[in-house]
Amino acid sequence: MLSHSEASEKFISDAERTDWHDETLWFVRAKRDKASKVLPEWEAMREHASQIKDHTLANLGEYLQAFEAKAIANGIKVHWAADAAEHNAIVHSIIAAQGSKTIVKSKSMLTEECHLNDYLASKGIDVVDTDLGERIVQFRNEAPSHIVLPAIHLKKEDVGETFHQHLGTPKGNKDPQFLTEAARQHLRGHFLASEVAITGVNFAVAETGEFVVCTNEGNADMGAHLAKVHIACTGIEKIIPKRADLAVFLRLLARSATGQLITTYSSHFHKPREGQEMHIVLLDNGRTRQLADPKYKNSLKCIRCAACFNTCPVYRRSGGHSYHQPVAGPIGSILAPNIDKKANADLPFASTLCGSCSNVCPVKINIHEQLWFWRQDLMEAGLAPAGKTIGMKLMAFTLANPAIYRIGGSLLRRFSALLNTSLNPWYKQREMPEAPKESFQEWYKKR
Amino acid sequence: MRVALFVPCYIDQFYPQVAVASLELLEKLGCEVVVPTEQTCCGQPMANSGFASSTAGCDANFTQNFEGFDYIVGPSGSCVLHLKEHHPSEKIRSSVYEICEFLTDVLKISSLPAKFPHRVGLHQSCHGQRGLRLSSMSERNEKPFSKLEDLLSLVDGIQISKPERADECCGFGGTFCVTEEAVSVKMGQDRIKEHDANAVEYIVGADTSCLMHMEGILRRQGSTVQVKHIVEILNHA
Repeated sequence: MLSHSEASEKFISDAERTDWHDETLWFVRAKRDKASKVLPEWEAMREHASQIKDHTLANLGEYLQAFEAKAIANGIKVHWAADAAEHNAIVHSIIAAQGSKTIVKSKSMLTEECHLNDYLASKGIDVVDTDLGERIVQFRNEAPSHIVLPAIHLKKEDVGETFHQHLGTPKGNKDPQFLTEAARQHLRGHFLASEVAITGVNFAVAETGEFVVCTNEGNADMGAHLAKVHIACTGIEKIIPKRADLAVFLRLLARSATGQLITTYSSHFHKPREGQEMHIVLLDNGRTRQLADPKYKNSLKCIRCAACFNTCPVYRRSGGHSYHQPVAGPIGSILAPNIDKKANADLPFASTLCGSCSNVCPVKINIHEQLWFWRQDLMEAGLAPAGKTIGMKLMAFTLANPAIYRIGGSLLRRFSALLNTSLNPWYKQREMPEAPKESFQEWYKKR
Repeated sequence: MRVALFVPCYIDQFYPQVAVASLELLEKLGCEVVVPTEQTCCGQPMANSGFASSTAGCDANFTQNFEGFDYIVGPSGSCVLHLKEHHPSEKIRSSVYEICEFLTDVLKISSLPAKFPHRVGLHQSCHGQRGLRLSSMSERNEKPFSKLEDLLSLVDGIQISKPERADECCGFGGTFCVTEEAVSVKMGQDRIKEHDANAVEYIVGADTSCLMHMEGILRRQGSTVQVKHIVEILNHA
């Protein structure tokens, strides 16, 4: 697996595509700016949302139990999964009981986190992703590169080629409307045939036992309304106390995500219709560990709007796959090390700590500060790349001793031309600063 | 007013003119400026690389040099932010100022004997802007303000322009500039492109580290655009 910096270098080697990727996502960020700035109460609403989430996380156990009781009373079957394996086994057992071999699934980053598709495929069950972007990357055997816009790394030409290969559209056709229609007809067959539909969950309401799924394509509804069995998969952090809280979160979510006033479909699933089975699987998978750490607890407030992706100057130029995780971007970089420190030790360093992410975040997660904390924790866990620890200790020693610092500085200036080599990553595309004859302190002494 | 001048290590070694301008400017404005001569570094290079656990010696040296002062002033938003957020001494944390905020908030200057008849592009350095709140940010729904622009507006003859994305990061990011070299350089190139569109002669900012990064790219491109720290302009007669 390539590290973030290696994968980024590869992505950037196509400068034109990188510029296009950057500009496309900046356009989304600009739409978000416009949609947020017409609301005088925007900053107050962020604070309100943050406080609701703080309160919920502080009382998560109670709210989860309240949700469970209400959901059961509504006729929903509630399942608890400690980790990804348990989650996948539960979903499989429900599908197996139904006897289905083909199922439809709307967008759910949680099922990506659990690698549910691969697991079910190994059991002979074919999952059709029905979100257009997800279906495109599924055809290409790729992971989503963005949690809201899964195929944002692809141009319409790429989609045309993919559809030509998988759906038989005419070669060279890249007309978005034509391609979307082709996907629509293709998916319609699956919606009609499928007896089980899996959806994600945006919000689970403790007060009522209902859950809310937001899409722009209506694909979650198509799946859930036609299938005999609806399985909703959610992280335990998606709980909100009251239905009224949706008035805050639904407004923040769509404006932050795409600059829309609200998602096209914000569907409330309250109870199964007659003859339907409705299940909800509540997953921990490291979330309670994160909850127990005051430094990182805040990350569980995330409503998966991806505003931090769109604003991140690194993400826009490195592409989502450079993060080698289902959830990329700044938020992914603070979530992933909790699951696997070693595999994700590069991610908290894939940031300049510019702080833009924390300031677009609709629930005020201190993302850049958590990146900083993860850097400390990962280095303390001994996960520094070769040579870094000794280099840092040497630097720390030098900078703690003024006399050694002066000698070091003087040598560095005198021999700075030696750094003009291909071994110096700075010098690859930048000149070194010109070394002055005197340091400031040397000048000052003679003043 | 007695002020201790904090000169970040890389400014001391590679950009002494920024420290000279800071010293002269503060003196010009009536401050008694002391330069502690045993100072080295704020500790940020280690801390932001995940080695905050190794900065004790650096922190102790900083405290030794600066704890006797009520005003510690430095020409670097990033280093000052690091001290404010992470230095173990409460006295240090509450006494340290980035030089622009010191001029606007403490000295509250309303005029300057400065002249700089050139076209300059303003670079907002993230740590100064978002961390120290030297200016409003495009992410938030807030009333626009800018301490940097307030100061530059006191300079005679200056023409200030802003890049299209007024507060996007330049990609320096400390050790990020070498560990994530490709992204870092691309970010810098993109900033420069926007300043070039405004036909600026200088890129000006309050953090020499960002300027050093952009200068390295400009010089590699063979550009005639130069970089200047804001104090060099405020001190320019």
